[in-house]
Amino acid sequence: MSITARLRLDRDDFTLDVDLLLPERGVSAVFGPSGSGKTTLLRAVAGLEPRVRGELCIGDRVWQDAATFLPPHKRRVGYVFQEPSLFDHLDVRGNLEYGRKRRSLSGRGASQDQVVELLGLGSLLSRSPHQLSGGEKQRVAVGRALASDPLMLLLDEPLAALDEELKQEILPYLDRLHRELDIPVLYVSHSRYEVARLADHLALLDNGKCKVAGPVEEIYARLDLPLSRQSGAESVITAVVAERDERYGLLDLEFPGGRIAVTGTGLARGERVRVQVKAKDVSLTLTRQSDTSILNIFPAVVEELGGTGGPHVTVRVSLSGVPLLARVTAKSAEALELAPGLPVFAQVKTVALVR
Amino acid sequence: MFSPQDIAALVTTLKLATLTTVTLLILGTPLAWWLARTRWRFRFLIDAVIALPLVLPPTVLGFYLLVALGPRGPVGQLVEALGGSSLAFSFTGLVIGSVIYSLPFVVQPLRDAFMAVGRRPLEAAATLGASPIDRFFTVAVPLARPGILTACVLGFAHTMGEFGVVLMIGGNIPGKTRVASIAIYDHVEALEYAQAHWLAGGLLFVSFVLLVAVYAGNRRISVVRP
Repeated sequence: MSITARLRLDRDDFTLDVDLLLPERGVSAVFGPSGSGKTTLLRAVAGLEPRVRGELCIGDRVWQDAATFLPPHKRRVGYVFQEPSLFDHLDVRGNLEYGRKRRSLSGRGASQDQVVELLGLGSLLSRSPHQLSGGEKQRVAVGRALASDPLMLLLDEPLAALDEELKQEILPYLDRLHRELDIPVLYVSHSRYEVARLADHLALLDNGKCKVAGPVEEIYARLDLPLSRQSGAESVITAVVAERDERYGLLDLEFPGGRIAVTGTGLARGERVRVQVKAKDVSLTLTRQSDTSILNIFPAVVEELGGTGGPHVTVRVSLSGVPLLARVTAKSAEALELAPGLPVFAQVKTVALVR
Repeated sequence: MFSPQDIAALVTTLKLATLTTVTLLILGTPLAWWLARTRWRFRFLIDAVIALPLVLPPTVLGFYLLVALGPRGPVGQLVEALGGSSLAFSFTGLVIGSVIYSLPFVVQPLRDAFMAVGRRPLEAAATLGASPIDRFFTVAVPLARPGILTACVLGFAHTMGEFGVVLMIGGNIPGKTRVASIAIYDHVEALEYAQAHWLAGGLLFVSFVLLVAVYAGNRRISVVRP
């Protein structure tokens, strides 16, 4: 089962034209600059754009094709808007129950108690929306969408309207959703950080068209896409906690390319994590450096070089198949004679645990 | 105190105001809803037509209604062809006239209230499984409640105070089309100031109580939703 979305919407000044195949599990991020049609795509999936033509299937359920247009209230989506959009005339409990009363036939989804527990809403139930902080409102909005027992969760930049502190307050809840739910999540975002942290799959949208889609690790490492050209280029690596070094407060993570040491505690052995490595924190050497403070050094092979004509070159190296981006100066690239196929060592200065 | 005729006039007035308000809510709600949601380019034309009774002298409106509803008018002839009697100088005619006369007082607050609700809560309700009718009654109506209350009271109070239209199309038939405002006028004409005082005071009292009810009701709501 997977999600097929071939959707087209013509407006005077904008055309959305996408052909997407998304996995049925996990978080698929829709990423792109503002005005690229991310929200329109999400609204089209929810059925909120009646003029959309095309085809939309969730597994074997047809939501839209040439002969069908299922109205939004029959699609069983959970939609979280950019602003919380709670019902002001109902308290938190009433908001959570609104969708639940109208659906919840399958019994497969999370119960209301589970939703309350998952999002930490227990103490808010009898409050009215205006008594909530921005972060709490958005949590209730996510809970309301989940309580309606959706087949698919659509999140439209749920963190965009929140300040940094509130984002950090909500992100752990979204992490939990990701781990504990088995419905597909479509997550619209223009934050690389959120995508790196939450998404498994990534679709890049630009000017109404989906340019490319695939696993996050792969897309982030593609040198032909704008993501890798920006100064914030980074790689995302999925790993498993192999060992905990309590003495130094380090975690040893195992991934196909070897082991990464990262500062961190509180994770159990065997837990799946994701780390983020900024391209500018990766340097390349021809021989293995031994007298260095850098912990993470991996044998690698140069795969591709992407230059912008500027003073920097982005190099993609492969750590036994796992792609990693390194940003080096054009001068060093020339001095080291970097070329596809060259064996090198990648020195990683900083690794951030994102999830 | 009130004479039997005055009581009859008051009853006619309250009956007229109630019927008019109910009719306007039934007809005006879909109209206001449509106006609040449509993106039709010529919406402003409808808005202008609805606002017309606000600026038109009541006698002008009453005159056209009399012509239309009378035995020779298009509406009058239609009603007669269907086996009814002329609507001019009848209570039904009065209700029709009041509905048109008070239309903006009901439709405008309703329209503004629905517009203030916006699309977003309704879209949220749709994604939560609520059908269009369901989300109208469970989301739009509760959120527009202050505006709906205002519309009811303005429609009621405005109908209670009308004079010109009623005089033109209703005449002054005691117990049938004679309303309180016309009864007051008659008392003053006959120099029966005491009677006029009672009736005028009665209307003043009812109007004030209604407005107090609206403001109190809306204040309670705005405490919940600052």
